[in-house]
Amino acid sequence: MIVTLLGLACFALLVVSLTPRLVGMAPLPDRIRNVSLFAIMALLIVIVGMIQSWNVALALLNLCLISSIMALGVNIQWGYAGLLNVGIMGFAALGGVAAVLISADPVADAWAAGALGIFVSFVLAVVTVMAAIYTYRNMAPSMARNLALFAIIVIGLIVIRYFFGPARDAIEDVNPASEGYLGGLGLPIILAWPVGGIFAGLAAWVIGKTALGLRSDYLAIATLGIAEIIVAIIKHEDWLTRGVKNVSGLPRPVPYEIDLQQSQWFVDLATRLGQDPALSSSVFVKLCYAVLFTIVLLAVLWLSERALNSPWGRMMRAIRDNEVSANAMGKDVVARHLQVFVLGSIVVGIAGAMLTTLDGQLTPGAYQPLRFTFLIWVMVILGGSGNNWGAVLGGFVVWFFWIQAEPIGSWLMETITSGMAEDSALRIHLLNSTAHMRLMTMGLILLLVLRFSPRGLIPEK
Amino acid sequence: MIPKSARAFWGDDAKHFPAPPCGSPSLFRNHGDARSFRQPSESLVMELLNAFILLSNFVLVPAIAYGSQLALGALGVTLIYGILRFSNFAHGDTMAFGAMVTILFTWWFQSMGISIDPLPTALLALPFGILFCIGFVLATDRIVYRFYRRQKAAPVIFLIASMGVMFVTNGIVRFIIGPNDQQFADGERFIVKARTFKQMTGLEEGLSFKVSQGITVVTAILVVIALFWFLNRTRTGKSMRAYSDNEDLALLSGINPDKVVMVAWIIAATLATIAGTLYGLDKSFKPFTYLQLLLPIFAAAIVGGLGSPIGAIAGGFVIAFSEIMVTYAYKKFIAYLVPESWEPDTLVQLLSTDYKFAVSFMILLLVLLFRPTGIFAGKSV
Repeated sequence: MIVTLLGLACFALLVVSLTPRLVGMAPLPDRIRNVSLFAIMALLIVIVGMIQSWNVALALLNLCLISSIMALGVNIQWGYAGLLNVGIMGFAALGGVAAVLISADPVADAWAAGALGIFVSFVLAVVTVMAAIYTYRNMAPSMARNLALFAIIVIGLIVIRYFFGPARDAIEDVNPASEGYLGGLGLPIILAWPVGGIFAGLAAWVIGKTALGLRSDYLAIATLGIAEIIVAIIKHEDWLTRGVKNVSGLPRPVPYEIDLQQSQWFVDLATRLGQDPALSSSVFVKLCYAVLFTIVLLAVLWLSERALNSPWGRMMRAIRDNEVSANAMGKDVVARHLQVFVLGSIVVGIAGAMLTTLDGQLTPGAYQPLRFTFLIWVMVILGGSGNNWGAVLGGFVVWFFWIQAEPIGSWLMETITSGMAEDSALRIHLLNSTAHMRLMTMGLILLLVLRFSPRGLIPEK
Repeated sequence: MIPKSARAFWGDDAKHFPAPPCGSPSLFRNHGDARSFRQPSESLVMELLNAFILLSNFVLVPAIAYGSQLALGALGVTLIYGILRFSNFAHGDTMAFGAMVTILFTWWFQSMGISIDPLPTALLALPFGILFCIGFVLATDRIVYRFYRRQKAAPVIFLIASMGVMFVTNGIVRFIIGPNDQQFADGERFIVKARTFKQMTGLEEGLSFKVSQGITVVTAILVVIALFWFLNRTRTGKSMRAYSDNEDLALLSGINPDKVVMVAWIIAATLATIAGTLYGLDKSFKPFTYLQLLLPIFAAAIVGGLGSPIGAIAGGFVIAFSEIMVTYAYKKFIAYLVPESWEPDTLVQLLSTDYKFAVSFMILLLVLLFRPTGIFAGKSV
């Protein structure tokens, strides 16, 4: 049943977006096409709500919204400026760290035990870097300078470790089963969203400063690296984020189900609507999240559209389409690239913080490059690079099918293998491998769109 | 987690204390406290020799083996870059694909009882892996890249296409062999065992040399000699270098671009399969690790200078040596060299092994900052 409906919906998506081009008809007017694409998407979510449950549909919607914001951020980098960011995972993870550092309750004992040591080693790290830069700038290029730099860095590392090691151990020894980290500031988690953006923006600035202005591949490789390192730090620095032990139970910006079920007004409302209070409380919570996320999405979308249609946006596109002539017109290509790279990363960082807020916990093990980097890329390319509405639609479509591919895939495999014997080894292998089919499908979608419809579902104007 | 008592014993970094890089378990056992084993009457020469052997065992030998694997991988990346002018993100997964086919053939041979003891059966299966990998890579070129080549698309489009190929290859590999660790090494495990070495030399420190490390180094040398002979001596190789140097001029002088591209893919697939299989033999085969190898491989290629084969080899060793040297704990090494009272309390490890990827990344950043064309001045388009 669900498979048939989803199939029909896919078909509708394809018809609306591709058929006019294939049969040589004049394409549908932009507005009608765009509205119908979004309408089909909304219909898909409603179908899931009616067939599976409203809880599932709203959970799907919330993640679609977050994905759309991430896709918007990547679209700012790739669509506006042609910058290739292959480290989206890292920037999203920084957002997650911000959520912990802002909202988790501070662990007083840990602060007393090791905060000073951590602070001292942080200051020492800054001093080491400054000293290295100072030496580099003020000594003539020579073997002596190289040796001096080497000595500064090695001595710096040793001294830092002297302070850092005991402090870290002291912090991690504070009630390790449930704490063992510094904790956060205990502020409302909504504040973490902009802070996550700032973290991601700072990381992007460092990367952009080194890799921009060189050939385009270098930025891709540098971002690939920084993402791996950020995730490695989150996984292994237990004093900061509890590592793979996860930080769970982050506070919520919306009410808890259990409180709703105990408050009179909500029970009254549920009974008036003829719903079970327990069930509707979780729907209500998800709706609250959806409202918050939609506000952020609309704000980011509005700002992006304003920027794109401003002189700044036109300049960015001019730079993207022809760097040499933009440079000749007096535009500082590298500085503009740095600007747009940082802006896009900020948006990704905000979305990352929102994702951790929705989960209510930071699970460093969950940051997988395929899920966080490449899936977002498929969203942007499929939706239409350079078009903000396209990125939003891409976020919805790709996330929807990424989730729904599981039932579709297992149904498909069941059908294909139904002719085989129950205990055939091949059948069991195929059924177990269904999960990996999703990767392949996403890769295929990326390749097919790039080849046959490189401008995406909603092309750039 | 290591319990607290053990932590105190291991010292400062106990929690992050890694298995010694590529070391054998027998060595791991007495890696802890040097003093208890030491004879008071040892001469300085012996101390120095012990220190040197210790360093060889934990740094030199593993780094040479790892460096050879990285160099082979980086050669493939740099070759594709030189000819097709894009960074091939699918290279890590091509390595995984080639290694996977080799493993499947190895299992088949093992089940039929074919072996070349004391060498691992995988060597026998390697040619089949290479053949399948070449077929696969040529198919992706025909289906994916050729279209963009004819369109003269920007390198960045190739790069995105290679990400798509990476996705699909990764999916295929996981689909066929599964996402888990696979063991396929057989035959003799050691050329020199640590214990035999100790008995032979009478030193405290043992030096172990694994068969997989020996094969890696020998194969890498043979492959590199063959590659350079091909690039410098044969007609096709020369035309490839010409094409890489100046495409227009090469086309004018009648070089067939399709042939050059095809040969480049064939060589890249061969190198990838060899590198992937050697890495799998030395460590273990797991599809996800090949995705992570992409970063050190790219770093190696860029450090050496993209497009420069010599640079790729040098870069591979630079990355491997720095990675292992920075994450090695020097406590015991220093203990041999200095008087007993000076011995350090901590592990004297600059960075814990969890961050070995950070090392290749730092080197990459430094190269990008100070010498973006790499050591051997590759291209920077």
